[in-house]
Formats: sequence, C-alpha cells, structure tokens
Amino acid sequence: MTGTGALIRLALRRDRVLLPLWVLLLGFLPVGTVSTYEGLYPDAASRTTLNASSGDNPSIAVIYGKAFDLTTPGGFTAWRYGVFLALFLGLVAAFTVTRHTRAEEDSGRLELLGSAVVGRYAALTAAVAVAAGTSAVVGAVQAVTLIGAGLPAAGSLTFGAGMAGAGLAFTAVAAVTAQLTEYSRSANGLAGGVLGVAFLLRAVGDSSPGASWLSWLSPLSWTQLARPFAGERPWVLFIPLVAAVVVGTGGYLLLPRRDLGAGLLPMRPGPPTAPPSLRGPLGLAWRLQRGALIGWTVAMAVIGAVFGSIADGIGGLVGDSEQVRGIFERMGGAQGIVDTYLALIGSVFGMVVAVYAVLVALRLRTEETGGRAEPVLAAGVGRTAWMGAHLVFALLGSALLLTVAGLGAGLAHGLRAGDLGTQLGHAVGGAIAQLPAVWVVAGVAALLFGLLPTLSAAGSWAVVGVVVGIGLFGPALNAGQAVLDVSPFTHVPKVPGPAVSAAPLVWLTAIGVFTAAAGLAAFRRRDVG
Amino acid sequence: MTTAISVSGLVKSFGRTRALDGLDLSVRTGEVHGFLGPNGSGKSTTIRVLLGLLRADAGEVTLLGGDPWRDATELHRRLAYVPGDVSLWPNLSGGEVIDLLGRLRGGLDRRRRDELLDRFDLDPRKKGRTYSKGNRQKVALVAALASDVDLLVLDEPTSGLDPLMESVFQRCVAEERDRGRTVLLSSHILAEVETLCDRVSIIRAGRAVETGTLADLRHLTRTSITADLSGPPDGIGELPGVHDLKAEGNRVRFDVDTSDLDRALRALTAAGVKSLTSQPPTLEELFLRHYQESGR
Repeated sequence: MTGTGALIRLALRRDRVLLPLWVLLLGFLPVGTVSTYEGLYPDAASRTTLNASSGDNPSIAVIYGKAFDLTTPGGFTAWRYGVFLALFLGLVAAFTVTRHTRAEEDSGRLELLGSAVVGRYAALTAAVAVAAGTSAVVGAVQAVTLIGAGLPAAGSLTFGAGMAGAGLAFTAVAAVTAQLTEYSRSANGLAGGVLGVAFLLRAVGDSSPGASWLSWLSPLSWTQLARPFAGERPWVLFIPLVAAVVVGTGGYLLLPRRDLGAGLLPMRPGPPTAPPSLRGPLGLAWRLQRGALIGWTVAMAVIGAVFGSIADGIGGLVGDSEQVRGIFERMGGAQGIVDTYLALIGSVFGMVVAVYAVLVALRLRTEETGGRAEPVLAAGVGRTAWMGAHLVFALLGSALLLTVAGLGAGLAHGLRAGDLGTQLGHAVGGAIAQLPAVWVVAGVAALLFGLLPTLSAAGSWAVVGVVVGIGLFGPALNAGQAVLDVSPFTHVPKVPGPAVSAAPLVWLTAIGVFTAAAGLAAFRRRDVG
Repeated sequence: MTTAISVSGLVKSFGRTRALDGLDLSVRTGEVHGFLGPNGSGKSTTIRVLLGLLRADAGEVTLLGGDPWRDATELHRRLAYVPGDVSLWPNLSGGEVIDLLGRLRGGLDRRRRDELLDRFDLDPRKKGRTYSKGNRQKVALVAALASDVDLLVLDEPTSGLDPLMESVFQRCVAEERDRGRTVLLSSHILAEVETLCDRVSIIRAGRAVETGTLADLRHLTRTSITADLSGPPDGIGELPGVHDLKAEGNRVRFDVDTSDLDRALRALTAAGVKSLTSQPPTLEELFLRHYQESGR
C-alpha cells in the first residue's frame, strides 16, 4: 500500500479537469428537474394524470425504470434520472479505475512508478479511492442540491446515497476487469459489458411484472428500489456496499496472481505469416476494427430484442384510458402507440450507435499518436485511403449495427404480436432512419480529426454528450426547441409514422458526408504525428 | 552520378520552435549516407519531411526525382522506412506486420524474409505487445530489408539492438549497398556511421554543419587516451595531432587525431607504459569541441 497517497494525488492532478466536470454535470442535473416539473405539472390533477399514464407503463419503464410516485418533484426526479445517472456514474467510475490501473500498465508508465517505492496494491487502491471518492462527491452534491431546492431530506439523502452506491459498485467491477485482460481497451470493454448486462436485467425486470426480481440483480436499479421520495427503504442502500466490498475484494485477490503488464486471460501466439485478407489499408482497418464490430453487433441484437419484446404489451395497457392514449399520441404525433414506441427506441439505438461511430473515428487518432500510422503512410498508402478505410467502418459499420438492432426489435416484437411481416419492416425502418443523424456525429468526429487533431477526442465526446444529453434529458428539462434542434436526432422523422418526410434525412446525410469529406481533405493538408 | 535525395534550405517550425533552420542535404544514388547529429538536432524531422508526413515551411526537397509531399504514395512504393521508435499493433503478430508492410509496398521476397528472420533470430509468432524494444526494431528492419525498393530510410535503426544484432544489421546494410540500393542512415553513434557510410552529413540545431566523405571528416575521429607512465610525459603535448593534454605526475590524458595516433603511441612507449586505455570520443564530446562557438 506504500505510496498510495502520492498516487492518489497524481491521479487527481491528471484528472483535474475531467473529474470536476463530471461532478458538476452529474451532481447538478437532478436539481434542474425540480423547477421544470413544477412548471410542467403545476397542480394535483396533472400530477395524478402523469402518475397514471407513465407510472405503470412498461414501455417507459424499460428505459427509465419503475416509477413509484410521480406526484412529487422528488419522485419524478428519482424515476427520470435514477437509471441513467447511475449508468453514467458507473461509466465514469469504471473508466477512472481503468485509466489509473490497466491503462498505466499498458503504456509502461506503471513500471516506472512500480520501480519507485510503491506497494503492489498502491495503484489499484489509489484508482479505487479516486473513483469511489468521485462517486461519493457526486452523490453528496445531488443530495445537498435537492435539499436546497426544498425537497424532503430523507428522500434527497437516499437518492444521493443510492447514486454514490452505483458508482461504488462499478468501481469494484472495474477493479476486477482491470486484472483480467492485458489492454485497457478490453478492460473498459468488459466493464462496459457488465454495465450493459445490468441495464438489460433491469430493463426486463422493470417492464415485466413476472420477472421483477431481475431488477434486484442490477446495480442500476438499486437507487430506485430504495424508493427515494416514495416511502424510503434505506436498507436497500446496503446492497451496493456489500456488493462493492465482495467484488472489490475479488480484484485485490486477483492482482497478486498475475505479473505486472500481464492479464489473467492468457496470451496466445499469433500466426507466423499474415493471412491473405491482411493487405491494403482496408484489410488493416478491418483487422483492427473487427473485434469491436462483432461485439457491438451482438450487443445491438440483444438490446434490440429486449426492447422489441416489450412493444406488444404497450398498446393493450394504454388502450384502457382515452386520456392516456391522448397523451401518448401527443408525445409522438404518430397513429399507433406501438409505432410511437418503435420510433422512440429507434432513436435510442441511434444514440448508442453514435457512440460506436465516434469510437471508430477516434481510432484514427490513437493510431496516429501511437506511431502506428506513420509506417503505413510511409509504405505507399495514401492519406485518403488510410483515413477512408477507418471511416468506412464508422459509416457502414453503424448502418450494420442499426439494421441488426432493428431486426432484433422487429423479430422479437413481430413474433410476439404474430405480425412479423409488418412489424419487422417498421422496426428496421425506425432504426435505419437514424443513420443520417449517426453520420452527422461521425462526420463531425472525422472533421475534428482532420482539422483539430489534438482536440479530436475531447471534442467528439463533447458532441456525443450534447447529443445524448439533449435526447435523454432535453424534453424533461423543458429545453426550448432551439436547444433541441442542435441534436441531429431531433430532426429524424418518426418512423414508423404517418407522415415520413424524406427531406431532413437527405440533408442530414448531406451534412454527414460533407463533414467527413472535409475531414479527409483537412487530413491531407496537415502534418502527421 | 545521380542524386537520390536533394534538400536545400529546408525550414520547418512547430509553433515557435524552429526544428529545421535552412537544412541542406544531398544523397547520391547507390551510396550509404550517414545522417549524424545529437538527439533533438532535427534528424527525425528531416526524415519525416522526406516521407511527406510533415509539410516543409520553406525550401526545396526532391526525393527519387519527385516531390515527397505531392507524390508521396508513388514514392513510398520505392522506399522502405524504419522509424526510430517502432510501435506495433498489439494484437498483430510480428510475421503479420512484416507481411502487411511488405504488401503495402507492393510485395516482398518471401525467401529473403525468412532468411532475415533467421539471421535476426526473430520469432514471428509473437504478438506486437510482447516484443521488447529491440525485437520491435527487428520487425521493422526485416520488413524494410525484405522489400524490393530503391531507397532505405533508417532512423536510428540500431537503438535497442544488442551488439550481436548490430553486426548482423551492419552486414545487411553492406549487402544492400552491394545490390545498388541507396541508404539514408540516421544515427547519433559515430562508430556505426564510420563502419557503414560512404559519406556523412552532420546536423546540429536544424542545420547541416558538415558534409563529406569520412576522410574529409577525419579531424572529427579522434581517440581519447589515458595512460600511466613510468617516467614523466615529456614532449607529448608538443606532438602534432595531440590535443587537450592533461598531466598529473606520471598520468596523462589527451585526445589524438587518428592520423597521428601512431606517433603519439611511440612517444608513450618511449616513456614506458604501465597501463593504457583508449576510447573513441562520444559524438557529444566532438560536438562540444567543434561547434561550441556556433551556439544553441
């Protein structure tokens, strides 16, 4: 453990911009809803209607989680943000742990530190302390600001503690995944996979009355299960604590069983000669991108199937009440409630795939800074060919992922509804309609890489953050149309729907292609390295 | 005699730092040209301009008869490059990288590839991540040497190689020259350049300070001598070619030009030698001595 304090200070210094940003963003988001809620639902009548319409609706629960009491601003906030804030905090915690453990080993820097007077467990302890500390600070900020906004203290504290608990749980998960593989990329991938499974578990649990026990298995549900502002059950908050201690201990037990720099999963020798497919820039890009593409394809198929399998129940549930039906149709403006739902999950698929597109585009930058672009560019590969080969995956890979997600949703929904022919088309159409918006995000990432390479990573993730933030929270925060219009996903017509206009799809595609081409042109003109 | 590389008045700045400040360089076809300079003198920047990775701010650059920035792709099929710090893709095996780079350049000689793997004692099955620095260097060297190209651009290629592998490398470069290939070899090790190169350009702070054959640069290749003598070292300081003599009792330290080494040694043995160490001066010492006044 020797040296842990120094390593904590080092980690805080390296993350001195990133971590405060996350604390601000995740800490202050809940309190923003309170006034919005009071403005949108000023009286008891409107709140009761909201509670009746959204409270038990499985199609909404699949995304946001189970609502326990939507008649108070606190209950609404806990429902609206419980899952997604936990998800983001989980990502922040996991990536922080990986960045200060496996990524440091990966780059060889930890070896340098390890030769100084630093204990075997110091790096892991420091990373866990920073990630857990960040989670605790975010939870504390949330609780304090909610109390400050006049909400009950018990509920506010339960909410904040629940969020901190979720961060803690994924800190522990990352402490284990960082021991398993040799690369930080795969360690983050494994932690992200655990988050994805946690999201799916609760998506099914929250939306299917018969399987609600599944939600108890998901760290993302624990905040909502502690029922902040709806008859608090503080004992639920012990679950993340116990889980974090148990899982985290696993990480500490695994650490001494491996060498520095090595993973627990063994490394196999490779082929002595290259396969025929490994030729040309596209062959290389395929080799570098295929693992991620296969993983994402499987994940999107599963996510699509889960979301799709719930679609059929929605029409019947909402059908009882004219009033609720009205609300739903206003929400989407489309004819059928199921169609509205399919269009809604289509946009969720779109935003998830946008993350993939940015990851692919940023691979260009890591190849460049890692010194692996240089030998390729000095071996007869033109710059357009090299960059274009990776962009093929950003553009066509995202088309594949959206199609697969749509197919998954369409198959699952169509089979349950006994109407495979129509529903498959609807679901695939709803997903594919998002492609132009994904291309806009990918195009901007490519443009940043060509024009402002040093800012490409931060800039691209900022774009994703803004787009996803507007998509998930914009309507709830009652943001103006001008703000909503910033996101390309706002402009995607509702598919399936009665009046699908092709015009926005055409100009979104044009923007995506134009920005990508401008990025290529800029890359041809700048220095490499 | 034709010119493979011709650079004149090359300027390249990064922000406020002027990395190259009017550099001239001329490499003749078929020669091994040493490109010598201390760390940070601009060797790698020059090479990256020659490869079209960086765009020159000013100056004329011609490589194999073309413009390295405009005709990059066509020129690159005729050259092979070994970077000073080789990074490999962590999940590709060494053999895969060698084949890939060869194919990108338009094919490589499989017999020669296998022969080189054998000579460099390199296991092509290991993944990029698991290679040591020296072995990563070998992967890039094998890929370059097995390609059928006119020009080899080698940026400090022996950094990380052990002495045995360094001599393998030197034999390989000599063979390449015998096949009529042009080699640009950047280095900060004087001895390496002495063994391999027909002509040498010396660069410092972004400018070429000397160019010529090794004979032209003979004044640079002094030897440092330290000796314990039986008697006082009388008269050694006055010998031609002896510099910077320091004497403490019967112990002397001095530098001597290679051409005058014989005479200096005779003078030493005449005084009676008890112990003797001789070593070539480091490049840094030479630079300190020769170019101090040109300033940083």
